[in-house]
Amino acid sequence: MPGMLKSRKDVERVREKAEKGLNQQKVRAMVCAGTGCLANGSLKVYEKLRELVSEKGLLVDLDMTEDACGEAHPNGNGIGIAKSGCHGFCQMGPLVRIEPQGILYVSVKPEDVEEIVEETLIKGKAVTRLLYQDSPSGTAVKTEDSIPFYKRQHRVVLANCGRINPEDIREAIAMGGYHAIAKALDEMTPDQVIQLINASGLRGRGGAGFPTGRKWGFAQAAKSVKKYVICNGDEGDPGAFMDRSVMEGDPHKVIEGLMIAAFAIGADEGFIYVRAEYPVAVTRLKKAIKEAREYGLLGRNILGSDFSFDITIKEGAGAFVCGEETALISSIEGRRGMPNPRPPYPAAKGLFGKPTIINNVETLSNLPSIILNGPAWFKSHGTETSPGTKTFALAGQVVNTGLVEVPMGFPLRDLVFEVGGGTRTGREFKAVQIGGPSGGCLAKDQLDVALDYESLRKVGAMVGSGGIVVMDEDTCMVEVARFFMQFAQNESCGKCVPCREGTKQMLALLTKITNGEGTEEDLELLEEVALAVKDGALCGLGKTAPNPVLTTLKYFRSEYEAHVLEKRCPAGVCQALKAYSINPDKCRGCTLCAKACPVGAISGERKKPHNIDQAKCIKCNTCVEKCRFGAISKE
Amino acid sequence: MGKEMEQMFQRKFDKVNSIVDKHDRKVSNLIAILQEIQAEYRYLPEEVLTYVATALGIPRATVYGVATFYTQFSMKPKGKYIIKVCDGTACHVRHSEKLRYLVREKLGLDDSKDTTDDLGFTIETVSCIGACGLAPVVTVNDDDVYGQMTPEALTIILDQLISKERSEGSTGKAENGDECPARNGQAHELDGGKGCLGC
Repeated sequence: MPGMLKSRKDVERVREKAEKGLNQQKVRAMVCAGTGCLANGSLKVYEKLRELVSEKGLLVDLDMTEDACGEAHPNGNGIGIAKSGCHGFCQMGPLVRIEPQGILYVSVKPEDVEEIVEETLIKGKAVTRLLYQDSPSGTAVKTEDSIPFYKRQHRVVLANCGRINPEDIREAIAMGGYHAIAKALDEMTPDQVIQLINASGLRGRGGAGFPTGRKWGFAQAAKSVKKYVICNGDEGDPGAFMDRSVMEGDPHKVIEGLMIAAFAIGADEGFIYVRAEYPVAVTRLKKAIKEAREYGLLGRNILGSDFSFDITIKEGAGAFVCGEETALISSIEGRRGMPNPRPPYPAAKGLFGKPTIINNVETLSNLPSIILNGPAWFKSHGTETSPGTKTFALAGQVVNTGLVEVPMGFPLRDLVFEVGGGTRTGREFKAVQIGGPSGGCLAKDQLDVALDYESLRKVGAMVGSGGIVVMDEDTCMVEVARFFMQFAQNESCGKCVPCREGTKQMLALLTKITNGEGTEEDLELLEEVALAVKDGALCGLGKTAPNPVLTTLKYFRSEYEAHVLEKRCPAGVCQALKAYSINPDKCRGCTLCAKACPVGAISGERKKPHNIDQAKCIKCNTCVEKCRFGAISKE
Repeated sequence: MGKEMEQMFQRKFDKVNSIVDKHDRKVSNLIAILQEIQAEYRYLPEEVLTYVATALGIPRATVYGVATFYTQFSMKPKGKYIIKVCDGTACHVRHSEKLRYLVREKLGLDDSKDTTDDLGFTIETVSCIGACGLAPVVTVNDDDVYGQMTPEALTIILDQLISKERSEGSTGKAENGDECPARNGQAHELDGGKGCLGC
């Protein structure tokens, strides 16, 4: 059991001790244990690494160094093996990062472990075949920092993700964790904290971009003995996973951020609301909170100050609308997660009727470094009106998928083509969807937009939570709009008429169009309904639900017209608008397609051209994929 | 009601009671209470909801309202294996609908049914599990996450699961009709064995 930390100096002492312990490790292998790499089997790699290194008697853990007071490996050749949070490069997992060289091994399998131990951990040499292969040049890239995916990133929020063991508070403290709250408690007043955050220009990273310091100011001014702070970890946007990665990879940063917010507004109780779909994040946060309590960083009179604070985790139960702050409050209170009209704003009357601040995971994770480095440092990144960095989740039909953090104002084109490496299918880039169901679809012509609040809003999209999904020419934009509307309709809570009925009608119109039954009047009606919902809906979910429709109508109108006027789906996606046929000249009668067809629509004799029964065909595309001779086409 | 049934009921509510007590019978913990109950029974039986309402001193409608609002809760029994096919944007543009179709096909479930009659399997579509880098993604009972799925790979996983479930002696009976062309030899027959397409 650690001693309770009673002052800023105690925090410093823990840091020194942990650093000393980490220095015992001459080399250190960090195995990614984010959801992505876990799915690829990284735990087996981790276990094998530990097993082999401890067999050789070289394993040095922080616990061992603490007991042995730094005597574990006097000759200094100890090896550390730890699990880390998400490195961000999920596509290439399982990832293993070797410190201090910064070598990154990709797609590591348990069979590779022996070579890693012998060559890299003991002899200090890189294993070329496990390095990332840069496809255009065909060369192996040794260190993480020189991989194109990482090169242009600037990691502040994600700084520790992949660098520390999220399940050990000492590693977080060694990287400067809890130093910001110690500084705030030691030498600042709540007013000064708010002034500092105001001066930094930090804006909410959850979507709307409201200035964080101003929000706090309202809550601080509210007269109430009891106040609450809430961390919004209900990352419901499909295509976004940056908050999950921070909660999994650096939970102590989230906790420290929430403490800073609580101190600023005078709250003594906090909640972290996490989606039910993120079980790993829940486990890591629970462990982190437990550790923080053991160290006296949560509880009464933290670090010898008057500030007392504790955190409870609330697990969501699956409702997108709960990302909206008033709905989230209802959910924490144990009710249906439905939004309430604002005002009153939560800062005046929130959880259980008390003044409440709700900040997003990423917003909170920015706070410690702002406190430690000052507002000028924060403003040195990003743009005038959108300072700092922003994490984006890059996914879809792009070569490098994963988590990236770039300065605000970063050109979208560079993100897709340089960091993301362009489309992975070799097909041409068509669109990029930013900000999930609340965001918009941008076409090639909008690629030069800068990624900041104002620029994105101007083109009809929004930063939202930061999900970026790349689409190639195989994607039908009308179908994408229908997909998002289906999502919005499913998730509409039903409280207000514009959203409840409007999303339903828009979905019906979009379905009609994708079924090939749309008319020109439907396009006009669709736009009219979309604008009405945008104006009339109660909460952010409803107000932004028409965005995917409005942006696709604006930037991809020709595709809508092809569906409506020519009854044709240019991307060949909409099932009702395509028919499959077999080219008799190319078909060799191998029967593969007939066997694969789930509904038995293909018939024919062996070694003779086959036929498709259009009445039976469900247009699932399986036959096209099965055919080795390119004999089946869709039109 | 037979004596055995009565005892079963008693046991059922004992467990519910301990869950409600663990959460201090607080209304603000209703969601957590329902989550634990569902973890226990794999669904929310109606009589249990009534019991929870009485225990917390709130109307049945309130409990029912919460239970039906959140997608995590189910009022119908779920299968032993819950197969979730992610249909987030990233998975969607990487054609997750094919996987969904395949799972339904394999389990013999049409669009009106999500759970097999023997309560072996349930298929769910989820809006995003946040593993977009690995799209498309399928999970089994939340523990096993399968990324970058193809219909072929998923077929293997499903076949293994199905035979595991059937051999574990659930009420479902084994079925013939494996479609693998390699197994029934037809593909090998073609071109006297040389033309095997190795599908």
